[in-house]
Amino acid sequence: MSNSKNVLMEKEKKANEKNNKVGEIEVFIMGKSYKVPAGLTIMKALEFAGYRFIRGCGCRAGFCGACSTVYRIEDEQKLGFDLACQKVVEDKMYLVQLPFVPGAKAQYDINKVEPSDSILLTMYPEIARCVSCNTCTKSCPQDIETMKYIQMAVRGDIARCAELSFDCIQCGLCAMRCPADIKHYHVSQLARRLRGKYIDPKSKNLSKRLKEIDQRKYDGEIEKLMKMSGEEIREKYKNRTIEAEESVIAGGD
Amino acid sequence: MLTSIKLVEEKREYNMSHPVKPMSLKEREVTLRKYHPDYMEGTRRELRVGINKGEYLYNGIVDLLEARSVLDPKDIDLSKIDFDVDLLIVGGGGAGTVASLFAYESGVSRDGILIVTKLRHGDANSMMAQGGIQAADRTEDSPSLHYLDIYGGGHFTNKPELARSLALDAPRIIRWHEELGVMYDRQEDGEFQELSGGGTCRNRMHSCKDYTGMELLRNIRDTSRNLEIPVLEFCPIIEFLMDDKGQVAGGIAFNLETFEYYVIRAKATILATGGSGRLHLSNYPTTNHYGATGDGLVMAYHVGANLLDLDTIQIHPTGDAFPEPIVGILSTEKIRGLGAIPINKNGDPFVFPLEPRDVESASFINECKKGNGIVTPTGMPGVWLDSPMIDIIHGEGTTETKLAGEVRKFKRFGIDMIKHPILVYPTLHYQNGGVEINEKCETKIPGLFAAGEVTGGVHGKNRLMGNSLLDYNVFGRRAGIFAAKYVKKVKLGKLTPEHINKYNKMVEKAGIKQKKTAPILLPEYRGEMALSRALDIF
Repeated sequence: MSNSKNVLMEKEKKANEKNNKVGEIEVFIMGKSYKVPAGLTIMKALEFAGYRFIRGCGCRAGFCGACSTVYRIEDEQKLGFDLACQKVVEDKMYLVQLPFVPGAKAQYDINKVEPSDSILLTMYPEIARCVSCNTCTKSCPQDIETMKYIQMAVRGDIARCAELSFDCIQCGLCAMRCPADIKHYHVSQLARRLRGKYIDPKSKNLSKRLKEIDQRKYDGEIEKLMKMSGEEIREKYKNRTIEAEESVIAGGD
Repeated sequence: MLTSIKLVEEKREYNMSHPVKPMSLKEREVTLRKYHPDYMEGTRRELRVGINKGEYLYNGIVDLLEARSVLDPKDIDLSKIDFDVDLLIVGGGGAGTVASLFAYESGVSRDGILIVTKLRHGDANSMMAQGGIQAADRTEDSPSLHYLDIYGGGHFTNKPELARSLALDAPRIIRWHEELGVMYDRQEDGEFQELSGGGTCRNRMHSCKDYTGMELLRNIRDTSRNLEIPVLEFCPIIEFLMDDKGQVAGGIAFNLETFEYYVIRAKATILATGGSGRLHLSNYPTTNHYGATGDGLVMAYHVGANLLDLDTIQIHPTGDAFPEPIVGILSTEKIRGLGAIPINKNGDPFVFPLEPRDVESASFINECKKGNGIVTPTGMPGVWLDSPMIDIIHGEGTTETKLAGEVRKFKRFGIDMIKHPILVYPTLHYQNGGVEINEKCETKIPGLFAAGEVTGGVHGKNRLMGNSLLDYNVFGRRAGIFAAKYVKKVKLGKLTPEHINKYNKMVEKAGIKQKKTAPILLPEYRGEMALSRALDIF
């Protein structure tokens, strides 16, 4: 695409300019040295070096969990865990991506599962083997209290397990580090579905509205709007009251 | 930047009590004409081939449609069928996965369905949507008002029957989500917490913190995995196959890792490939996922399906302008829904925070062109979005719980959006138009159904917030149901790739000299230095 090529070249130029200002750094992609501009994310640094992603790259914005990356800065003791699209490269960073995590999930029909205290243990018995080492929590790029939600799962507290795990992007780094072979992200998926379906209270307004729709209460009204002339519908649109405007004027909420 | 932040802080209290009024339709029109790329010279040109010939579309889309097919039919052997199915679903995002569930429920057997997707199952813009999903379920609201918002927001260019489906099916979709186990944000009595979005006249935005898209697709995908619906990952469809009766009858998949092709024969095909942000139309950065390269438009056009409204793009007003590593990534509209106001360099508000997206974007661009924007050290313009207002309005802790994803994103770069404003500028977000469908998700070509961002007509020339998550659910469901009906009666003829040869000849005849081929499958982001020295020998 000529268009995206232009964007690219501009990006590149910018990157180079920046490069001259803040200098370049050395990263090791699976052990191999490359010089890249400082300030790039790991993902963009790999691309700068000439890598074209097939795996290990999804939403590029921290939502999909495709770009889990393990790194260690030269001479440092600690292993780092993060998302390549969110973490900025550092000098002497050794990088490897983990684009796939083997780990079967339990098969179930959510309509037939009951939200009992023991359900998570029944579906995923290995959670009982948790040794509370907290390695899962330390490896979570979302800073989720992973071990804590597993403890809640063991205890049968589905609601709390669901709440604590809510921001999970299912990258699977926790499962790759767990000495007890727990597939945390699968466990919490089930907990959240159980909570959403069985535990949270339901909306009465929604049921009422659905009944009205089934009784075709709005069919005529919408039909009328659909048949209006351009002028009529514009007038109608213009004159509708805007709830948000009223609440802004009233000072919020 | 710091002096400007000081002004924002000083004037915050005043700004909160002196809101800017929404624009009239006339004012909207003036703002759009001056400052939106949809109305500017040079962003679009006339298409010279195919059924939409003579229409003006965005340059990057025309480039794709005027290219030869990436597939040379001579390279494939159609006598060996690798997958013979009832229903081929092209795309494993929101629309495709929802379609698979409803096709299954409507009687297509599990092994009669095949989802084929370019990246992983669930790698899609659907996963990234943050702010919410619209459905008129409060007593103060009605599907008719929702319809009016959709139609007016689209500048009265939507296909009315599609806008009706979107509004009327919405509450049913929310109920279905409840049954799946989606954890919607609720009040203590179980009613939904509902906010306003740009261009909506009632608060009808249902959300799951600021991970709404992720929570919906997690549930939907998990359901499809429980049913063990077959999915082929990293195997994009590169062209459809047709039969000698002119029906779409499957496609050719390309294994990105082994470079093999697979012949897939299908009684019905649902196109659900999503959007095209990665084409960087009009040179904008984008919020879209890596695979959003408009493949579906190209393949559908090659079989003769027509396209709507691709003379427009949706730029989202609040893309990140700072810091540099996240430029172009989305900051959700929910930030404004919760009360944050856009503010200029001088600390002054300049636009109603919840105009429809195109109008809001255009006024941001306007403000920056007037010299009232803030310019970052890397030269990126932007305006402030005064996020600290949220906790002042709704109480301490609100931002952290309702915008957990946003807070986390900025925290990674040392920015605390609870205390300080964030810098935003429009970014390419959504493909408003696409392949024309009707209420049954049928395209003009028999055997080809379509749903989700790849389609045109639902949103007209501008989509409102919260209507894309709704779109993929409403029309994914309909596509699954109506394709299942179609499967039962259709008789396929002999497979042929002749339409590809025909299309290539048409391009040649139009005198178009272009080396590029389409679809492109993935964007090219390799560094210029590395790319300029690359040899194509291996």
